[in-house]
Amino acid sequence: MPNKSDKHAKKEVLVKVKRQSSPKAFPHWEEFRLQWRPYMNVIICLRDIGENPVTSDGRATTPVSYDSNCLEEVCGSCAMLINGKARMACSALVDQLEQPIRIEPLTKFPVVRDLSVDRQFMFESLKRVKAWIPIDGTYDLGEGPRVAPEIQEKGYPLSRCITCGNCLEVCPQVNEHNPFMGAAIFSQVRLFNMHPTGKMHAKERLAAAMGNGGIEDCANAQNCVVACPKGIPLTESLAEINREAWKQSLFGWLAG
Amino acid sequence: MRQPKIIVVGGGLAGLMATIRVAEAGVPVDLFSIVPVKRSHSVCAQGGINAAKNQKGEGDSTAKHFDDTIYGGDFLANQPLVKRMCEAAPGIIDLLDRMGVMFNRTPEGLLDYRRFGGTLYHRTAFAGATTGQQLLYALDEQVRRHESEGKVKKYEGAIFLSAVIDESGVCRGICAMDLRSMEVTTHAADAVIFATGGIGAIFGRSTNSVVCTGSAQSALFQQGVDYANGEFIQVHPTAIPGEDKLRLMSESARGEGGRVWVPKNPAEQRAPRTIPEGERFYFLEEWYPKYGNLVPRDIATRAIHRIVYQERLGLQGKAAVYLDVTHIPRETLDRKLEGILEIYEKFLGVDPRVEPMQVFPAMHYTMGGIWVNGQDQATSVPGIYAAGECEYQYHGANRLGANSLVSCIFGGGLAGTAAVKYAANLQTGTEAVSSAVCEIEKKRQEEKNQALISNQGSENPITIWRELGEIMTEHVTVTRINRNLELADSKIRDLQTRYHKINLSDRTKWSNQTLNFARELENMLILARVVTLGALQRNESRGAHYKPDFPERDDANWLKTTRAKFSDGEIVLTYEPVDISQIPPRPRRYDAAK
Repeated sequence: MPNKSDKHAKKEVLVKVKRQSSPKAFPHWEEFRLQWRPYMNVIICLRDIGENPVTSDGRATTPVSYDSNCLEEVCGSCAMLINGKARMACSALVDQLEQPIRIEPLTKFPVVRDLSVDRQFMFESLKRVKAWIPIDGTYDLGEGPRVAPEIQEKGYPLSRCITCGNCLEVCPQVNEHNPFMGAAIFSQVRLFNMHPTGKMHAKERLAAAMGNGGIEDCANAQNCVVACPKGIPLTESLAEINREAWKQSLFGWLAG
Repeated sequence: MRQPKIIVVGGGLAGLMATIRVAEAGVPVDLFSIVPVKRSHSVCAQGGINAAKNQKGEGDSTAKHFDDTIYGGDFLANQPLVKRMCEAAPGIIDLLDRMGVMFNRTPEGLLDYRRFGGTLYHRTAFAGATTGQQLLYALDEQVRRHESEGKVKKYEGAIFLSAVIDESGVCRGICAMDLRSMEVTTHAADAVIFATGGIGAIFGRSTNSVVCTGSAQSALFQQGVDYANGEFIQVHPTAIPGEDKLRLMSESARGEGGRVWVPKNPAEQRAPRTIPEGERFYFLEEWYPKYGNLVPRDIATRAIHRIVYQERLGLQGKAAVYLDVTHIPRETLDRKLEGILEIYEKFLGVDPRVEPMQVFPAMHYTMGGIWVNGQDQATSVPGIYAAGECEYQYHGANRLGANSLVSCIFGGGLAGTAAVKYAANLQTGTEAVSSAVCEIEKKRQEEKNQALISNQGSENPITIWRELGEIMTEHVTVTRINRNLELADSKIRDLQTRYHKINLSDRTKWSNQTLNFARELENMLILARVVTLGALQRNESRGAHYKPDFPERDDANWLKTTRAKFSDGEIVLTYEPVDISQIPPRPRRYDAAK
């Protein structure tokens, strides 16, 4: 009787969390039984555990550590593996998830504690590729350059990247043995290189995008574009940067 | 020559702008933030940023922007700095444009502007419906550039605990805690700029992010930094209710033509799209024909409360009204509002392009905050500056939509410049301060941690917090009644007593989020009392502060700034005159043109 079991399943939510007390500690799983409510998301599950940190077999434990902030998928904090899929915990609705819900930290970043990970690597990569417009100063220099609506409509979606790290998580090329910077970074290179002022420094950014961990390491698995919670056309960005990088290395070579 | 050193606490728009100004002046700056700065709450700002560029040929001017802001704030803001902010706004837009913000464009390649609440002009520049995110990223990128040049040092994942204040009452640095190692450290600086944002968490659920607890402001208040106009809390008219968060549905939805309505028949069962026009009650348009759906937030919020609680016209008897954008072409919606419509769709599983959204008011913003002077964002303690939502300067009794981003950037820039000047002019810098000053503060904070860790009580911090939120939301938001405010204050004091019996379910010393939350909670309880007592005292209605027992604005008695001080463990409210030197107060009405 599927109806009856559905109803039963909805009264309770079964959650399994991969716990790790510190970066070097050995991970283990804990299971929790929570009370179901409408529109429940994974963040609410973690809060419920925090308020009453007792496992399903009645053992007292500690609240789960996790990163979160905006809870509306715009700050990029709460990326984790939910039922094996890299996604944002705030927009992961319990009713759309199979139970038990398995929650794990991202695997491509060092674990700080439990579900909290260190994504500094991504911010360092943004530095390496000079992901900014080098303005002369914040004093009054008049209006910015005119931008065709067409460029804005291409650039804006790229500029919505929340640095969550999901595209790195799903990329086979991002691993301990490979310094590949990941799709998000190259998409930022593309964004700044299409801006009228940013363009003036495109070569520098491309050079960085061709360096260690650069675009050459992309093996075209195309997992990134599927995992991106913001629907950013990451594979388009990778293809374009790849093309531009080839052009630059070729013409750079021709020019001696 | 002595090299000054400056600390900025908070990495949202105001903090980042301050950081950039200090770095540009060639002064080293340490930037402290709970989260990586790119994840700050400013990313949640949606609709846009105001500047009277008059690019639609409507005859807009900075003087009109100034008048709208003062009028919208019900004449409670000190006027000179607001005037300067409105005059600076067009230059701020130019600056952001130069930084590469992907603002929406007109066919001519110029910035596009839309309408927002409390004005009749197209004055709001925007980048889709994620303008705050786009602005924050632009400043984040500039700071990263300065960081890569060694001018800025970031301390991300560190929380401010207290200021280091020397025997003469001058701020000499801060005490902070690393949220991984839980280590308490002190950091010397000649001046400290606070840009620690909103206080949503004292209302339990709000449109604010998790880090917006007001803990830093409260800690400073307890150290002698005055707090002003705490009772002025903005409740945004349109948010999606949720258990973990009340998610904002930007005013830009109405700026682009969205309409708020309920069925005229309270027993209406039909799907909203099938209800004929004649059977819909567009109450904002009917009650406020001139401004319609774009009345200021306090007005729209009270109107929705009236519809739900007095007229009993909430949707299916629930506390909800329709926010309808289904008549707007899909192409326009996707180009201008995609960011927010996507939120509605993801969190409720309903496409708002097809089905009207169901929304209800939610705590959104504090107009009140750290008291700052009328010149340069300096607080009541020398060496401490404040900018952004954490201070009180720009929005009076009610903030107009899309004015917060401009006040963050203007105030942040002003604070950065002022702090550099102050630091350079100091007779003796931090080098002259005895190390004992830092040591005493560090010890005090470590002892607090130890006391919490070893406490063996029976109270759960999350439970206390939830009760605080319920009290504040019920009694200290839209409608305020004195006996309820008295009750709220006594309940908060009960929670303070219970707080002493707190029992942490996590006593470990690595990345202990429970300990940190407990520390923030203590500060939240005190700040909640500042808000509540301010509301209790103010016997009038002005902007967002509405008392049915005192329904009129009372300029004779209450055209005053509330200035809360902390003295011997007690909250003391004092009052000072408002600078109305530019625009004489006049009645505030939105049912007719002003």
